[in-house]
Amino acid sequence: MTKSRMRLAMRNRAFLFFSLVTPLAFLFGYGALARRYSPSAMPYLLAMVLALTIMGSFWGLSVQLVTFREQGILRRFRVTPVGSSAMLASSLISNYFLTLPTIVIEFYLSRSLFHMNGLGNLLSVFVLVTIGTVTFASLGLIVASVTNTMQETQIINQIIWFIFLFISGATIPFPKLPVLVQKFSVFLPATYLVSGLQRAMVDHTSVVDLGAYLASLVGCALIAFIIAAQLFRWEPESKAPRQAKLWAAAAVIPFILLGIWENFNGDLRRHAVKDMQSISEPYSLERIDH
Amino acid sequence: MLSGATIEVSNLTKRYGSVEALRGVSFAVNEGEVFGLLGPNGAGKTSTVEILEGLRAQDSGTVSVCGLDPQTSGVEFKYVIGAALQSTALPDTMRVQEALELFGSFYPKHRGAPELLKRFGLEEKRNAFYSQLSGGQKQRLALAMALVNDPRVVFLDEPTAGLDPQVRREIYDIIEELKKEKKTILITTHYIEEAERLCDRVAIVDHGKVIALGTPRELKQRSGAVTRITVRMAKPEVNGALGSLEGVTECRAQDEDYLLYSTRVPRTIVALVKHLEEQNNELVSLEISAPSLEDIFLELTGRRLRD
Repeated sequence: MTKSRMRLAMRNRAFLFFSLVTPLAFLFGYGALARRYSPSAMPYLLAMVLALTIMGSFWGLSVQLVTFREQGILRRFRVTPVGSSAMLASSLISNYFLTLPTIVIEFYLSRSLFHMNGLGNLLSVFVLVTIGTVTFASLGLIVASVTNTMQETQIINQIIWFIFLFISGATIPFPKLPVLVQKFSVFLPATYLVSGLQRAMVDHTSVVDLGAYLASLVGCALIAFIIAAQLFRWEPESKAPRQAKLWAAAAVIPFILLGIWENFNGDLRRHAVKDMQSISEPYSLERIDH
Repeated sequence: MLSGATIEVSNLTKRYGSVEALRGVSFAVNEGEVFGLLGPNGAGKTSTVEILEGLRAQDSGTVSVCGLDPQTSGVEFKYVIGAALQSTALPDTMRVQEALELFGSFYPKHRGAPELLKRFGLEEKRNAFYSQLSGGQKQRLALAMALVNDPRVVFLDEPTAGLDPQVRREIYDIIEELKKEKKTILITTHYIEEAERLCDRVAIVDHGKVIALGTPRELKQRSGAVTRITVRMAKPEVNGALGSLEGVTECRAQDEDYLLYSTRVPRTIVALVKHLEEQNNELVSLEISAPSLEDIFLELTGRRLRD
């Protein structure tokens, strides 16, 4: 089933646009900035692009699952021995293998076109990409499990995507966010993905030192997958139970705990400031005269 | 209730909100039998078959397919059944052969896609996308998918609904081939021709109940020996006297014809001829036919199957 899902995705123009064209557009935008103002910023900026690529899994899988349910495609599978866990697992695995090529292309272009120095801690990057892809895909599956219509799915997706995009550090660097927003941002899974990738790319931080981030992402993915499987619906007309959205919120419990700790400890903020300062020129829209 | 039957349904009830879809449905299907559930839209046919397929749970009553409970038997149940749902949907960009290979991969034993493509006349469409198939081709693919695991029991829910008569007959030919393989098949339909042609036994369903059950021949014979006389006259009937002719229990106009249902055909015909002479009317055509299942349904419910 995984192979079949991958084939279908490759034939879907919307998937190709959002999973390949859009992240590359961000890469070229950031790369042009780095090239013009501060070439050594490329690892830092690439980390943001990688995070955006990974977070795209969230949107794609939720829309696909709701589409399949509304069109009655899932109900035909229900008469077969395939269970809900297998359906969801094939979504996660196919999404992961479809995301990897984009990640590789982004690394290649960063080195060849934008002259990025080094590759960061590749093992940490690989682990973050793997766990991050599964986590955000699982979050997408949980959205699909608690919404009843495509319209509802799109609304929730847009709200969550907006928050991920602008408040996690994926577009506006974390240290540049207002302090109050930072205090909220440390409760988001996306923030730890961005920060983890930046530490891996800029500081070459090891997997062990990223343990808290990885553990939270893994915990979130597990909880999200289990809840998505429990709430999975095959029939177009079946509705999510009223408590479903509360159950879905349980998926972010690891990040609620981590966020509380971060607000007291400030560890993520310290690293984010350090990573931003580590690049040779500050990240600024003002041109530096060479 | 026949013990040891392949499909057993006993006192099935199902409610959707305030609507009672099934009100105590009971029947049994033997191995190798083609059994039809015949009734109008909303009679409870699809609800019954979806409970048998495990897609829905009944409110009360028991069902058993090959000795297994559809709700609790897990994958063991899924291995023995095949189903063509009332509407089968696949992703638009899935190819025909891919669909058969994918669904075959779900079962430990399954038929090969090339064999199914050939059998269901889809070889030329093996690489076509699902969205490129005609209605008849989609239905043939649905049948092929239902047979991919070589099941013991096959459920076909309205297999020819919405198809034109030519394509419908092609599907009938396929189902008749399945009959020869001695598969146990349960078909739901609202087409009389389909039930009469394909089914060994038929249960007529209306308002959530089985109102008659038997072979098509048995059902027609229980009609109270009512015979249908189709009459076409040169001038239309003006005073509604046809319904009062001797032996006539019912009279209906249908297009240019009049359908007379009579329990005493010779006397009705004599009375008809006399009536036409008195009205200075001419008989254009007259056809006498045995009652159909639709006539049985009309007799039992007072309504036509398609009303």
